[in-house]
Amino acid sequence: MSAGRLDVPADRGGPPGADATTVRVVLPAHLKNLARVRGEVALRVGGGRDAVTRQALLDALESAYPVLRGTIRDHVTGRRRAFVRFYACEQDLSNEPPDVALPAAVIAGTEPFLIVGAMAGG
Amino acid sequence: MTQVRVLAGTRKGAFVLTSDGNRTKWDVSGPHFGGWEIYHLKGSPADPDRIYASQNTGWFGQLIQRSDDGGATWQAVGNDFSYATEPGTHLWYDGTPRPWEFKRVWHLEPSPADPDVAYAGVEDAALFKTSDGGATWTELTGLRTHESGPGWQPGAGGMCLHTIILDPAHAGRMFVAISAAGTFRSDDDGENWRPVNRGLHSEGTLPEDEPEVGFCVHHVEMHPARPDTLFMQKHWDVMRSDDAGETWREVSGDLPSDFGFPIGVHAHEPDTIYVVPITSDSLHYPPDGKLRVYRSRSGGDEWEPLTRGLPQENCYINVYRDAMALDSLEECGVYFGTTGGQVYASADAGDTWEPIVRDLPAVLSVEVQTLP
Repeated sequence: MSAGRLDVPADRGGPPGADATTVRVVLPAHLKNLARVRGEVALRVGGGRDAVTRQALLDALESAYPVLRGTIRDHVTGRRRAFVRFYACEQDLSNEPPDVALPAAVIAGTEPFLIVGAMAGG
Repeated sequence: MTQVRVLAGTRKGAFVLTSDGNRTKWDVSGPHFGGWEIYHLKGSPADPDRIYASQNTGWFGQLIQRSDDGGATWQAVGNDFSYATEPGTHLWYDGTPRPWEFKRVWHLEPSPADPDVAYAGVEDAALFKTSDGGATWTELTGLRTHESGPGWQPGAGGMCLHTIILDPAHAGRMFVAISAAGTFRSDDDGENWRPVNRGLHSEGTLPEDEPEVGFCVHHVEMHPARPDTLFMQKHWDVMRSDDAGETWREVSGDLPSDFGFPIGVHAHEPDTIYVVPITSDSLHYPPDGKLRVYRSRSGGDEWEPLTRGLPQENCYINVYRDAMALDSLEECGVYFGTTGGQVYASADAGDTWEPIVRDLPAVLSVEVQTLP
């Protein structure tokens, strides 16, 4: 394990249960500062592998770190903020429906789910 | 010993500057929230160590930070500024209807009586209130849902509620100002509102036109000892009301330009006011490259330039609407921040100036606290 990785309890924010899955998430620097974490965070997402969707993951993330509510998706609509992007397994998942299961490698914990501040400006 | 604490919000973080009552040597702390736009910070008059800050970026949206120790440490509090009723529409720049959409908090106004109570003015224009130290925010819907709301249009900086004044003498009375809708008054703690813009004129409208709203008010200030008198820096024109906003008259007088953003009132002289003239709405820098604060000791009309210590050549900065503040020491101090990253201070009511910090990111707001 690299330094600073998985520096929060593996079951943080997620529901207990045998069918819960641990997902690794990489936050952008500003959100790491807000959440007061370094490196990756690990989140338990319950409900079986088919239930490990972006929506479920972000629900777990915001439950574990309430300060992140509203910073990744809109409070009211739940839509991704325009300059926030989602990547995993070298794929841009930003425009995928939120209720689709995440890639198998993310669910297996071999690849992280990346939340990225979009590049903008000149 | 008396202390002064200056709170500067910038494009890339917040800075806290402290000095003793002499105001000659300053300690600078920051950046707090580095990389984030800090539109405004303001301390509670009821508990000066309680400070609220508006933190925002286009990437990650709005946060509110709260300090309970004078800005040494901070905690994020509630950031849900959802409109309480169906947002409806206002007018876009091209005159077409556009749904209200929350973008950011421009101004935070803590209650003078209770540190857990504060108001937030937001873009798109609406007024929110917290009664639990910022944990939750509730919209005072009577303003946004005023019958004139569908006709409000944004100014160039957005449709922002940037000024909140809590009247210390009349229970329940408060004022807000919105670019570019105008000034509004409530007499029942923000439940109901009415425009108070009579006497204001916008460039391009006919003199006989007296629309109820549609004025690009940049900032309004009140002296607490004379709460029926309001001073306004409008897009163009410096204005004054002596009847709590019912009517306004122009007091631009002999200013070199009556375009500008901030306006300030002396802590002990209710008729001494300050503005920073800017060349025009298309040239957002001081006339002739000379940074001059203008002071009127007669509540307007007659103005004197204050230049000692301010750059008098090659100065092309701007001073934003919330970037001027005055302390309440016996010799009243005046402070303002610039888009060039300087915070200038005068410890003698504007006669002489010096930069108390320079090379900050562009300064968006300046507030000052006079501490016992």
